[in-house]
Amino acid sequence: MASTGQSAIEFRNVAYQPDGSREILHELNLAVAAGETLILLGRSGSGKTTSLKLINNLVVPSRGEIMVEGRSTRSWDIIQLRRRIGYVIQEVGLFPHFTVERNITLIPRLEHWPADRIQARLKELLALVGLDPELASRHPRELSGGQRQRVGVARALAADPPILLMDEPFGALDPITRADLQSEFAALEKRLRKTVVFVTHDVREALLLGDRIALMEGGRLVALATTAEFLRSTDPLISAYVRSAGGSLHNTALGGER
Amino acid sequence: MSVWHFMVQNRAEVFELTLEHLWLVGISMLFAILIGIPLGILITRWPVLDKPVLGSANIIQTIPSLALFGFLLPAPWFGERADRMAILALTLYALLPLIRNTYVGIRGVDAAVVEAARGMGMTDRQLLFQVELPLALGVIIAGVRVASVISVGLATIAAAIGAGGLGEFIFRGLAMVSDAVILTGAIPAALLALLADFLLGLVEKRLQRV
Ligand SMILES: Nc1ncnc2c1ncn2[C@@H]1O[C@H](COP(=O)(O)OP(=O)(O)O)[C@@H](O)[C@H]1O
Ligand SMILES: [Mg+2]
Repeated sequence: MASTGQSAIEFRNVAYQPDGSREILHELNLAVAAGETLILLGRSGSGKTTSLKLINNLVVPSRGEIMVEGRSTRSWDIIQLRRRIGYVIQEVGLFPHFTVERNITLIPRLEHWPADRIQARLKELLALVGLDPELASRHPRELSGGQRQRVGVARALAADPPILLMDEPFGALDPITRADLQSEFAALEKRLRKTVVFVTHDVREALLLGDRIALMEGGRLVALATTAEFLRSTDPLISAYVRSAGGSLHNTALGGER
Repeated sequence: MSVWHFMVQNRAEVFELTLEHLWLVGISMLFAILIGIPLGILITRWPVLDKPVLGSANIIQTIPSLALFGFLLPAPWFGERADRMAILALTLYALLPLIRNTYVGIRGVDAAVVEAARGMGMTDRQLLFQVELPLALGVIIAGVRVASVISVGLATIAAAIGAGGLGEFIFRGLAMVSDAVILTGAIPAALLALLADFLLGLVEKRLQRV
């Protein structure tokens, strides 16, 4: 197992069984290095979202433990833990009664940053995620789907957390907007060098954005490979997933190197 | 004698009983809000309590008002004075719409919004006061509105136990078999209900634009 000192996140023999249900996550062992982007790839229902929520303690493991920055999530103060972890979900979950500005600056406000620092950070974030500053005074319902997701990313990055969790963030967007956001996010990742755990079922997205790809199936981690190895892998489970996902993946992989 | 004539002749009493009526409704609504909204919030936090609490409030509301006054008569302290009893009964009746609307309003907040709020590290208190309550406020005000209108009507029954209010005219008119006297109580009561409905409707509309 990877040495704990280096890992930003580490799952140790983690299992999760919701109350009154069968176990849905089994024996998960996985270490995410600081600064890497790890993709959790798998079909719907394979346990990706549950694994992600274990990291920010929205879900509590029934067995094993999750170490974040070397400390078990059980011993972290939950609020402190979550403030160090940006969280972006497919449904975005923007606060409908807040303007874009209030949405993005929520955590800095809760952390009592001085007003001028908040304003400076807001400008910086809007530029970072490619949003027109004029949108700052709008409400979420006055934005397009792509703009909303940009706000969601900006909000998650607001207090500059070292870890970012993303759950199919671009899944609900139209193909063209999705491609835009994917390539912009790929560039953003390189600049920010955060530890990112990114959930998707889309092999192309995984190859474009990931350093390593963890393949999940039926609540288990079934394969782990670097993005470079992934397509060449002879692992039958990986080939099966790639085949079932279909598409001209080799072209995408080459295109992804531009 | 015409209604108008009777009203003008007894305008001092009409005014006094209207104020008494407003006081009964106002005080009981205040208590109902102070009890009902926190109870509604509480049962979103402890879901095991939701059925018993909503069920009890529901049962109270099905008790006929005269019978409820009867039940309260032997209650210690409350039974001693008619206005206390009336306020207690009106408060109990107003609870259901307040508890239910608070509960439904909070539960109706988009799950993704709540998940994002928790995930980014809002405390329970911040989630409640900055996200859930503001987003549920329109529904909660709708509950206050319904409760107020019901309460204005029900408060006329308070006169049956001697608690005063516009019901005085109604019961006096019934005894005298005089439409004019009945209407002298009923018309202001109906106007009060319409006014409460209209004003709270305005507040509700303002909130729902958010
Ligand atoms: N709280 C829960 N109670 C019962 N079953 C759950 C719960 N959460 C998730 N599941 C089930 O666990 C499986 C994995 O869910 P999830 O982690 O959301 O998968 P994914 O994100 O890969 O689609 C699914 O079959 C889902 O229905
Ligand atoms: Mg999922």
